[in-house]
Amino acid sequence: MTYWQGIWDRWQFLWDDRGDGVTYWQWMFSAWGYTVAVAAVSLVVALAIGCLVGTLRTVSQHRVVSALATGWVELFRNIPVLVQLFLWFFVISEIVPGMRGVPSFVLACCALGFFTSARIAEQVRAGIQALPQAYRYVILPQTFRIIIPPLTSEAMNIVKNSSVAFAVSIPELISFAMQTQEETSRGIEVYLAATVLYIITALAISWFMSSREKRARVPGLSSQGQGAH
Amino acid sequence: MPALDFSFYTWANISTYLLSGLYFSVSLTIAATIGGIALGTVIALMRLSGIKPLEYAALWYVNLLRSIPLVMVILWFFLLMPSAFYNLFPGDVGQKYRAEICDLMTFIIYEAAFFSEIVRAGIQSLPRGQTFAGQALGMTYAQNMRYIVLPQAMRNMLPVFLTQTIVLFQDTSLVYAIGAYDILKGFEIMGNTFGRRVETYIMAAVVYFIISFALSMLVKRLNEKIRILR
Repeated sequence: MTYWQGIWDRWQFLWDDRGDGVTYWQWMFSAWGYTVAVAAVSLVVALAIGCLVGTLRTVSQHRVVSALATGWVELFRNIPVLVQLFLWFFVISEIVPGMRGVPSFVLACCALGFFTSARIAEQVRAGIQALPQAYRYVILPQTFRIIIPPLTSEAMNIVKNSSVAFAVSIPELISFAMQTQEETSRGIEVYLAATVLYIITALAISWFMSSREKRARVPGLSSQGQGAH
Repeated sequence: MPALDFSFYTWANISTYLLSGLYFSVSLTIAATIGGIALGTVIALMRLSGIKPLEYAALWYVNLLRSIPLVMVILWFFLLMPSAFYNLFPGDVGQKYRAEICDLMTFIIYEAAFFSEIVRAGIQSLPRGQTFAGQALGMTYAQNMRYIVLPQAMRNMLPVFLTQTIVLFQDTSLVYAIGAYDILKGFEIMGNTFGRRVETYIMAAVVYFIISFALSMLVKRLNEKIRILR
């Protein structure tokens, strides 16, 4: 009994007030909200740009267009996401006129969205090229059905990659964990809680997407998701 | 728009701030790739062994690590690694390079999850006949793996390994979380010292881009070569 009491006591800090009327418990869930929100908005940005760029890469009649699209993919694929985040925060917002007042949430979503757009573009291109050319007018709708598995892993990746936003003080799960550990010295409990929330998010995405996939599968065609981070 | 000024990139400054960081990033990438492939192969073999406890252990290892952000794993290791571990290193090396040693361990263990999936796909892509032929020759499981399966699987997987290494190289920038001195940290300190953050972050992006892009060109050529050999 005392053993379990001891463990319970170690989690008591979650109900403590941080000093501004917010408990660690509430802060943790708002941090989770930030993680999910950054990931969701970035995913929308990444899907929009990624589908456009990926389609343009397969346009063989216009060399310039497909070269530009290829350049986009190479540029955003070969720079680490953390460095891209810093570029948005410390370079683009400094030297591009009118970018100075943009909220950091928007900048973080741009950084993550553009980074992921390169990878989605590659999958859209592979999806288009997996289909016979004769079906050009029905290709895109089918492509989306084919690339659901790789998109699932991209959606999970974007949640994981949103963790870099701690470096520009977006109050998401990693910032929450690092700051709470410093304030309460309850490192193991805090990291455990944050890790569990990440796992729940990943499971939810994979469960949701696999239910979509079953409905959208193209008979006779399958593609496999490639693991990266 | 402030004028960009790159004149502070003198050789003296580059060697003071950047070279040791670049050296750390590159050596971390190489060591983590080698360690990750070694550990990943063991995990892939566990996964394919047909022995249930080993299979489940490997499955859990891979699925767990793949659903946690790398930054979180780095923080876990930094928190949980007992300080006695660092005392195992000769002299004050362990205490002085805590973050760096911790990064190496983390990257090997984390990347092994990804490499093991690559190795598993590589082994499964071989026709079953290869294994059967080995067995027919009277080879043991270990001999079969050592002489028949793994050499062929590894060759098929070489381009994917390299692609993963590029990802790994970019991931090494995340050691930022525990303040190890990698190339990005070098650029950051340089930017703060000279008050030129814009120029240093641009240059950091350029350096990462050149290295990753060159490696990905190499992968492309390798792919073509292997395709001809097949």
